[in-house]
Amino acid sequence: MTKNNFEEIRVKARLRMLQMHYDAGVGHIGGNLSALDAMLYLHHYVMSAEDQFVLSKGHAAGALYVTLWSRGILQESDLCSFHDDGTLLSGHPPPRRLEGVPVATGSLGHGLPMACGMALARKLRKQPGQIFCLCSDGEWQEGSNWEALIFARHHNLSNLVVLVDINGLQGFGSTQAVASMNDLGKHMEAFGLRTHELDGHLEASLERLNIRSFEDRWCYLLQTVKGKGISFMENRLEWHYRPLDEASYRQALAELNS
Amino acid sequence: MRSTACSAWVNRATDKEFLFLTGDLGYSALEPLRERLGDRFINAGVAEQNMVSVGAGLAIEGMNVWIYSIAPFCYARPFEQIRNDICQHRLPVKLVGNGGGYGYGAQGASHHALEDYGALLTLPGMRAFVPAFSVDVEEIVDRMHQIDHPGYLRLGRCEQPPGQEVEAFSPWRRLVRGGGISVIVVGPLAGSFWQHMLSMTESTRPDLWVLGELPVTDISNMPPALLSNIVANGLCVVEEHGLQGSVGQQLAALLMGGGFTPRQFLHCYAQGYPSGTYGSQSFHRRESGLEPGQVMEALGIAP
Repeated sequence: MTKNNFEEIRVKARLRMLQMHYDAGVGHIGGNLSALDAMLYLHHYVMSAEDQFVLSKGHAAGALYVTLWSRGILQESDLCSFHDDGTLLSGHPPPRRLEGVPVATGSLGHGLPMACGMALARKLRKQPGQIFCLCSDGEWQEGSNWEALIFARHHNLSNLVVLVDINGLQGFGSTQAVASMNDLGKHMEAFGLRTHELDGHLEASLERLNIRSFEDRWCYLLQTVKGKGISFMENRLEWHYRPLDEASYRQALAELNS
Repeated sequence: MRSTACSAWVNRATDKEFLFLTGDLGYSALEPLRERLGDRFINAGVAEQNMVSVGAGLAIEGMNVWIYSIAPFCYARPFEQIRNDICQHRLPVKLVGNGGGYGYGAQGASHHALEDYGALLTLPGMRAFVPAFSVDVEEIVDRMHQIDHPGYLRLGRCEQPPGQEVEAFSPWRRLVRGGGISVIVVGPLAGSFWQHMLSMTESTRPDLWVLGELPVTDISNMPPALLSNIVANGLCVVEEHGLQGSVGQQLAALLMGGGFTPRQFLHCYAQGYPSGTYGSQSFHRRESGLEPGQVMEALGIAP
């Protein structure tokens, strides 16, 4: 794919995502902003038509919807329905109704095991395509994710690519304070993944998502900032749940447009 | 029933999309299937949550997935995975729970399944199949293979009376014609009632039916002869399952909603562990009053 201006795509997507959440009066903005850049980069510059993307941190659905909108898969009218009565764009990805959303998620620890199943089906059928699965960092407190890594290693699912959005904050505290796993990468490597640490917002770093061998199982540890791009949200726990009021929305728009 | 089920699955192994997952169970039963399916037979290990979600992922890609374990490990441990990943996606994944009810006897409460179909039938699109006899299994596997929604197969121990012929599987079957109350038994327990009633006089013994597919949601699917006898002579429902989510509750609501009032109604169900002790499947059935003699006594029918 021809490389467009990533910065332009990102600013447009951030603005539209904030508007969606402001119009709907809903939160989860911080974790959407930490994950958005990687989702945009994957969908614009990494994934092919044969690939699938599983959003295991389903509370970042807004970022996924905006990403699909930026690729022309979802329409403006779709985004306007976000969280509305009768919408398909629920606060967490819905089951089997939207192109680009192969699985519904929302309860953490489900996306990766399902992605393993999708990857296994393709391996058995010798079908091309990779399954990209984006998890949160707090999500690694779910035992099912570790079950999935054991399975992925045993079945050598080299068509599975795991990404972890390490923004360091979860619903009611920092991951360090709630359930520290210290160096998550070492745990991943112990479960047979080749890990790479990337800056989850820097284009030059995200470019490395395209550089990997297809013989190994890869995990990208994305160092991110919760609330990225909005000064009063960055690294602030309250923006996990807090919705925007008018004043904070105006301020956020001013920052993004500056 | 496990070996019969295994043969039924082996017969479908030519379907290249057929894939079988087991949670490290099936020793001395599923080896022929493992051999036949090759890399489409997957021992997912002792990790039921992952196994169910992997099954959902395989089904999203279009594979025909069956998942097997001891009943409670199949439906209770990974319940959210069944709810979210299979049922909310309306995927035609088939779950198989071995040892329904008190089937694992003195192995203890962790291995019993007293709320399996009740819990699973709360989920969208789910149907449960409870074969009463080994000969039912092939037909049920065939039916489940064809349905395009989730299914649960509750396997137990065949208790078919020696020398008695069983008609081909259907959701409702009359096992013994009688002039008394209608007795509906769910699953293998029906065999012991059949045996018990063979020595009773036809005019006074109950009219015995076995139910093998759940839920019962449409009264028009019930045999007319059964319905009319329920009104005339009453209904007794017997099942190796707890009260909540039971067939007895389903039928009571359905009959009342349809304007059919049984002359009398008795519901015999699994009571859990009244004495706080453990034993064989028969022991637990006796403790719950599920043995045929106990039910006949409760109905006031002379032996």
